[in-house]
Amino acid sequence: MLKILRNFSRRILGNLFRRKQNIKLGFYGPPNAGKTSLANRICKDWTGEEIGVVSAIPHETRNVQFKEKVDIEYKGKSLTLKIVDTPGIATKIDYEEFLKFGLKKNEAKKRAKEATQGIIDSIKWLDDMDAVVVVLDASENPYSQVNITIIGNLVARKIPILIVANKIDLKKAEIKKVEAAFPEYDVVGISAKEGVNMEEFYESLFKLSKKV
Amino acid sequence: MSKKDTKIHGLSLQVLPFSEVKDMTISERVKKILNLVLSNKIVILHGRLRAEEEARLIEDTMALVDHIKNFKGIELAVIEPDMRRENIFVKMRHGIAKRLIGDSAALTVIGPASVIKEIKRDPRKLELFFD
Repeated sequence: MLKILRNFSRRILGNLFRRKQNIKLGFYGPPNAGKTSLANRICKDWTGEEIGVVSAIPHETRNVQFKEKVDIEYKGKSLTLKIVDTPGIATKIDYEEFLKFGLKKNEAKKRAKEATQGIIDSIKWLDDMDAVVVVLDASENPYSQVNITIIGNLVARKIPILIVANKIDLKKAEIKKVEAAFPEYDVVGISAKEGVNMEEFYESLFKLSKKV
Repeated sequence: MSKKDTKIHGLSLQVLPFSEVKDMTISERVKKILNLVLSNKIVILHGRLRAEEEARLIEDTMALVDHIKNFKGIELAVIEPDMRRENIFVKMRHGIAKRLIGDSAALTVIGPASVIKEIKRDPRKLELFFD
């Protein structure tokens, strides 16, 4: 009798907590922090396909990119995401910066023009997100105004946030500095490129989904 | 702004009291700041913009980068007292003052990216680097 009751409750409670959620999850942050690398890692892990191209040249992602129906099953829990990878937000764009990466003047100017529009689109898309992963480069100073502006806008819109300190494989990376800069939020240190600490990231993602 | 104009022979700082922009709409406030920045001035705003105003400032800046020759954008930083370590009464007093007269304890620095190369922000200090 006890066994029957236990199985029954496990089935009912299990169905309740394993309920699939469809969450629009945005990836925001400054340029070159690794937003697309992380979105690619997740998409590759769960759909086998990537979402976009990554590059060492800043502003590689200049259009908002989507991946519908990314089903994540992790430790008995499941989640369905619509992943929205956004262009990096910056307060300045100088085409001459792209010349240093070997781009021709015309290509650099075109990239700069597309990047400005990409930033405007990223900001417009903020209103549509259910939850956001803010991706920061752990080897850079976290106190930049762009980071603070992004997080401030998410807070003002009451959108749940998870902060990812990416590139922890780099010697200069300081996850403690990111944690100190944003003590009110969960911070997970990962390397999207190398796939380091993705387990903790997925745990935090499920925690984030409960706040939606 | 021509490249020649961006050479620094002196700095032009414009102090903007919060009272001067307090009653403006978001568009008017952002327009006022950007007009000053476009005339190569570094704006010191007594107070801080709301998060959505900062986002609007970035959006409008990007639209201008696209349309104004040699305008590369802005450098922006806010410095404000760290209230996390203060006691509840100090926090409350600060919160009430913030509601009544805006965030007067904060300072916002906004300048053209062609003049300010970088602003390094620490919780308690700002360092401006010039081109």
